[in-house]
Amino acid sequence: MIERLDQIFVLLKHWLLGYLPESWQTPVGVIISVACIVGLYPALFAVTTVLERKGVGRIQNRLGPNRVGPYGILQPMADGIKSLTKEDIVPTSADAVVHFLAPIILVVTVFMGFAVLPMGRNMVLVDMDAGLLFYFAMGASTELSVFMAGWSSRNKYSLLGAMRAVAQMISYEVALLLSSVVIVMMTGSLSLVKIVEAQNHYSYGLPHWFIFTPWGFAAFIMYAIAGTAETNRSPFDLPEGESELVAGYHTEYSGFKFALFFLGEYVAMFSISGLGSTLFLGGWMAPVSWLQVVPSWIWFFCKLFVSMCVFIWLRGTLPRLRQDQLMNFAWKFVLPMCLLNLFVAGLWRFMGEGWLRWLVCSAILILAYLSIGREGMRRKRFGPRSYRYAE
Amino acid sequence: MLGDGILKGLAETAKNFAGSFVSKERMTTVEYPEERLPLPEAARNFPFLVYDGDDWEKGLRCVACQICEKECPPKCIYIEKSKDKKPDYVGKPQIYPAKFDIDISVCMSCQICVEVCPFEAIKMNTEFELATDDRFGGLLLDRKQLARSNEYYHEIHPTEADEVDARLAAEKAKVEAKAKAAAEAAATKAAAAPTGTPAPASKPAASPEPQPASADKPAEVAKAPAAATAPAAPKPVPGTGTDGPAPMSADDKKNAETPAKTNEGEPKA
Repeated sequence: MIERLDQIFVLLKHWLLGYLPESWQTPVGVIISVACIVGLYPALFAVTTVLERKGVGRIQNRLGPNRVGPYGILQPMADGIKSLTKEDIVPTSADAVVHFLAPIILVVTVFMGFAVLPMGRNMVLVDMDAGLLFYFAMGASTELSVFMAGWSSRNKYSLLGAMRAVAQMISYEVALLLSSVVIVMMTGSLSLVKIVEAQNHYSYGLPHWFIFTPWGFAAFIMYAIAGTAETNRSPFDLPEGESELVAGYHTEYSGFKFALFFLGEYVAMFSISGLGSTLFLGGWMAPVSWLQVVPSWIWFFCKLFVSMCVFIWLRGTLPRLRQDQLMNFAWKFVLPMCLLNLFVAGLWRFMGEGWLRWLVCSAILILAYLSIGREGMRRKRFGPRSYRYAE
Repeated sequence: MLGDGILKGLAETAKNFAGSFVSKERMTTVEYPEERLPLPEAARNFPFLVYDGDDWEKGLRCVACQICEKECPPKCIYIEKSKDKKPDYVGKPQIYPAKFDIDISVCMSCQICVEVCPFEAIKMNTEFELATDDRFGGLLLDRKQLARSNEYYHEIHPTEADEVDARLAAEKAKVEAKAKAAAEAAATKAAAAPTGTPAPASKPAASPEPQPASADKPAEVAKAPAAATAPAAPKPVPGTGTDGPAPMSADDKKNAETPAKTNEGEPKA
């Protein structure tokens, strides 16, 4: 029974495919899975928007939306209807084709990432050997659509936003990759399914998630920072900083295209959170061995929910960074820590079992954190400014 | 240490988040259409016309002197004087506004009309839910829409209304005392010289102008009887107007006519 519940979606799909001739089964199976993913995440997006607005409201001691439906839970419906019925404006001087393609490419590339994410035991669309690589390739192409949007709008705010976005995403892409590389080093595989399997054992009822190791914890922190920056979330929401650049790269978008950008951003958050929980939090694994009776996909979505809550919590807490702070942080703190973490992971691998490697690896990381944090991130004290003017 | 500020911030927001479900003091939101804060006494936005008694039209304090119309900086008041007269709060016959319109889309809520009004007839209202879908008609309030009872005035600005009432009562008392004195003087005079004019006594509601007396004293005497009968004067008005509720529902034109009839009947009788 427990097994059946755990595999319910897989079994359902097989049962449906059983009615089809052999040659049809593979393509139709893929279409069914894709349809599920494409249907599920926008629904989660709708729930998350209202959750975010309520949550941030509570953080600011407000009520948040409470007019549409009981407790405002039907707010996303109203928003959806509004954005669908709004006029779709394309600026006269905009590059119409690119302007049209940008949101589509964003949404498509963002959804592509889910192809390799295991959402439960045996619940993965494509068990690709180079799954992680594929994921990062797809994640990196969102930069393209952001820049397309900013460039084609022919608006200086859009362009500034797009420039910022590209600078930021490329900087943090490096950190994102380097923080995930330690996982590949430890598991020896780029397949996300294998990475989850590698964490799938318990000792004393506690799981062997990679976050519970010094290098895994450090990598997780770096991954979380880089992932937040990668999805343009607060406090790294400079590309769409509404106080400086009307809405950044999607200033010139309205109606459904704007909704697509919004959707793309949230789905990218889901996807980054999903990958984060796959790499560091054991994917679809239960947090304690006796909770394995609960179906695996429930655990995956629980982890997704928790990380969305953290995203919202961070958004309600932190003010936006300045552009120079953003770049300094990426290149002077996150990147050195990631590189050091590669070394620490290697050390961990070759020091063998025992408490000594715990001590050594933790000490190295904590010392590095403290010293880089103190020296690298020290506030610059500038002297009085002097200006020289052309005569 | 790097990041302890972030942790402190996260703790603070978590406290806010959890606290907003527990403590009432944190949630300062007033969910407006359902619940509302009491307005402060000094609140004001647009003017209204005060009336005494139950009948808004008869009790209107405004005497159409048009001072407010002239003083209004954005010129949002439009007054048309009546042809006839009706007794004011002391019983003195006064003209009244046949038309009194305020365009609240023009009004800037400066309260100058209130300050210049010598009759305490126009005051500031606190009503603010005046949104309308009729851009021109809906924002042009006529005298019926502007009329509010003195009780309403007491409700929204109690202190101010008490002051106004005290002032009006003092004025009325003064006028009455003067009238009494004048009546006594007239009576003694009449007793001394029975050939004197009997007109003031027999025609209580007569207007001061047609008085034949040209000396300064009789002029005062002439005014006095009108005031002396003041408490009695308003009474016959609702009495004669058996169709009392009719003017309330009738439109302005009719309203202007009905009091004209009743007023005509009295002074000329």
